[in-house]
Amino acid sequence: MPKRMKALAIAAGMGCAALSGVASATPAAPPAPQTAAPAPQAAAEGAGVSNTAPTSAAAPATAAPTSPLLAQDGAPATTIDPNVGLPIDGRFGLQPQVTKNGEFAHWMHNDVLVPVITAICVLVLLLLAWVVFRYRRAANPVPSKTSHNTLVEVLWTLGPVVVLVLIAIPSIGLLQAQFKPAPAGAVTLKAIGNQWYWTYQYPDHGGIEITANMLKEKDQVAPGERARTDADGPRLLAVDNRIVLPVGVPIRLITTSNDVIHSWAIPAFWMKLDAVPGRLNETSFTIEKPGLYFGQCSELCGARHAFMPIAVQAVPPAQFAAWVAAKGGKMPGSVAPSAAVIPQPGAEGSKVEATQANAAEAVTGPADNMAAPAQSPSSAQGATGNPAGPGNAGQ
Amino acid sequence: MTDTALHPGSAFVGHEDHHHAHHDADHKPGFFARWFLSTNHKDIGTLYLIFAIVAGIIGGGISGLMRAELREPGIQYLGIWAGMLHGGAQSLDQSLHLWNVLITAHGLIMVFFMVMPAMIGGFGNWFVPIMIGAPDMAFPRMNNVSFWLLIPAFTLLLASPFFGSGAGVGWTAYAPLSTFGEPGPSVDMAILSLHLAGASSILGAINFITTIFNMRAPGMTLHKMPLFVWSVLVTAFLLLLSLPVLAAAITMLLTDRNFGTTFFDPAGGGDPILYQHLFWFFGHPEVYIMILPGFGIVSQIIATFSRKPVFGYLGMAYAMVAIGVVGFVVWAHHMFATGLSVNTKMYFTAATMIIAVPTGIKIFSWIATMWGGSLSFKTPMVWAIGFIFMFTVGGVTGVVLANGGIDDYMHDTYYVVAHFHYVLSLGAVFALFAGFYYWFPKMSGKMYSELLGQLHFWVFFAGVNLLFFPMHFLGLQGMPRRYPDYPDAFALWNKVATHGYEIMAAGMAIFFINLIWSLIAGKPAGDNPWGEGATTLEWTLTSPPPYHQFETLPRID
Repeated sequence: MPKRMKALAIAAGMGCAALSGVASATPAAPPAPQTAAPAPQAAAEGAGVSNTAPTSAAAPATAAPTSPLLAQDGAPATTIDPNVGLPIDGRFGLQPQVTKNGEFAHWMHNDVLVPVITAICVLVLLLLAWVVFRYRRAANPVPSKTSHNTLVEVLWTLGPVVVLVLIAIPSIGLLQAQFKPAPAGAVTLKAIGNQWYWTYQYPDHGGIEITANMLKEKDQVAPGERARTDADGPRLLAVDNRIVLPVGVPIRLITTSNDVIHSWAIPAFWMKLDAVPGRLNETSFTIEKPGLYFGQCSELCGARHAFMPIAVQAVPPAQFAAWVAAKGGKMPGSVAPSAAVIPQPGAEGSKVEATQANAAEAVTGPADNMAAPAQSPSSAQGATGNPAGPGNAGQ
Repeated sequence: MTDTALHPGSAFVGHEDHHHAHHDADHKPGFFARWFLSTNHKDIGTLYLIFAIVAGIIGGGISGLMRAELREPGIQYLGIWAGMLHGGAQSLDQSLHLWNVLITAHGLIMVFFMVMPAMIGGFGNWFVPIMIGAPDMAFPRMNNVSFWLLIPAFTLLLASPFFGSGAGVGWTAYAPLSTFGEPGPSVDMAILSLHLAGASSILGAINFITTIFNMRAPGMTLHKMPLFVWSVLVTAFLLLLSLPVLAAAITMLLTDRNFGTTFFDPAGGGDPILYQHLFWFFGHPEVYIMILPGFGIVSQIIATFSRKPVFGYLGMAYAMVAIGVVGFVVWAHHMFATGLSVNTKMYFTAATMIIAVPTGIKIFSWIATMWGGSLSFKTPMVWAIGFIFMFTVGGVTGVVLANGGIDDYMHDTYYVVAHFHYVLSLGAVFALFAGFYYWFPKMSGKMYSELLGQLHFWVFFAGVNLLFFPMHFLGLQGMPRRYPDYPDAFALWNKVATHGYEIMAAGMAIFFINLIWSLIAGKPAGDNPWGEGATTLEWTLTSPPPYHQFETLPRID
């Protein structure tokens, strides 16, 4: 049944591009069906961002509307790097990381934890091999009666304590880094779990809303329905609508759910955050490399738990702004990402003064676009409906 | 019945005078009264062991179905099985739901109906009274109730897929998937099954605590008890303190499902995360419930076949107590991805890592027990040594997972599956086999085949390592748990794992051949087949022991 299409893929470069062009032809114009959809004209007026590249992109002969995610020749601007952002068959280790915290954790795992646990296993194995060899009955017919040695018992109690403290130091540091709140100017992405697809909102960007369904294989789709191609991504990982995020800009991720618990995970970001109904979970990360990054739902959520993947397309900020404009959204304010810290309401040890908070608010826009108050278990802000049809523009 | 022949070096001195009761000691009731109305701890222990073997075959068979489905990418068999189960062709969703039913059943069966009944009900019942020099358990009738509660519990669970579509909520049964996520009677039946199994275990725990505190033979102080008895004592306390919390949590699930409460429903002011806190307050002690008796079994075996007393006896006993106590305050490390605050995550990271210290004490003490000993590598000893190494491998990946920041990557991936199968399938199950081979001659009076026992070990050892070690790689590449189908990039290691399962299954076939052959044609075991290293009281009795032992209490010096 899982007939792969690798042979097809090799020759499919142009084909995919054409398909994307066709797919984007239909819905490029209408903004997301959002109650408070802002005027698209206002988009990308900011000084720090530029949408010139995509708009000036010469449309190919098909005269497809310019999608900011397509390059000059109409091919997808972001192609899959076969080594980053997705699993690879037969590998032993972690996926490469494209966030700072991911690189830190990757280092801690590979250069601290793996050597330590390997050394412990080898030590135990060598000790066992030695006693099995040296104290076998033939070699040692008369057993000793030693059953205590205070010194050695203290040593093998304190030794592990020291090792654990040495592990705990980077571990606590990693946790601190992971919990660093997103600064002002961060792009807020809200991921909402549903059985069995993800909906996304960009509350700071004019309320763009995206529904991402897994793309089915060619032999599984209804007539007229869009099937997966290799340009979309691997089987079970490709979605009809990728979320687009800028590189180099902090991302504030907020997760919640409309039904049962799901979990939003991208291994290449070292990211996993449960989407819990009735709760808003928040974390932040910064993608450092443009590319396509795939993940899968990581909390048992019912029958199609394995079939609600996550795909992120990370693009340069200018391209992101153009994409926002094409989606009918708008970039918040006109200020480039600033270093001002948005206070985390209720966050432990928040040192931000109220004045600074006000200043930050003035820069970044209305307060309701700021960090979701982690302490208030407000009800789920549901995605409105599920246009679970075939994919729409921009891919 | 001259069952008190003592061996040189024995730590315990039995009394000769229960000869006099000899004519009564072996009087057995008729078949029905003996096996269905039993109050005899050895018979009840045997019932538990038979039950655990049956449940193990079912639970292990289910994992075979899972490995068959996962052998290749794509959905191969689930549709066929769903059709067989419910009749006729089934929708894709129903086939996929069957996957969740299988993983749920596998988890619940292995935890509640295989490992726990075998360790505590089986070996605990058989050997705790004998090892402390008691004639039976403190509450023999309650002991029988404990066992017979398991039968309806298991029946409810096994019947649940036939009433409704089956419980596909995972063994953890997280709300809201387990509340409004799966209507129908199946999940209710699974919940009631856990209630009954929990009640069974609570009664058993009360029985063990009372027995160990009140029925030790004269001179058998707490600090002279064999380590297996210590392990069961600590386990019984964990059961007694944690299972009521599970009972409360799943009762709330039941009322949320059926009676309109909203404990775990945010729309009514409840919180799904509350369920996870309650569940793991039980669930983490539960993993020690499954492994601590194994620690005890391994301690007895290592000492016996090294012909040496256990090294650092007090350290070993109190390491288990420490593991039990700390085991109650680390539960949220199962919830690192739920959105805990930074301070909570730091605390649970640190607390979890502390458990490695008493565990390390145990590993090193076992090796030190062998150090300077005179080792013979009979089948139980081989399993025990295998346990020490495999449990170490499973333990160190636990240290990796303990780091809240690292767990963001590993959580709910196959790395976690690999970790807990190393400590359970290669830890607890190795200890079970070690104990089974160690005590089989005592329980049955017959020797097993040493050749088949060794062969069983090596085939099983190769199989489970091939089965579970590649799961680390799958997890490190990001493959999530509980997936019936996976991206093609996970194909190789899944295929290897399925081959590992096949080898493991061949090992199990050897075990059952050995078991049947030994029961039919095994050589008489004699009172003590293990020689001078076997110093605990069961080896002073005949094999099998008299129907009632220690009618006159032994005196321990």
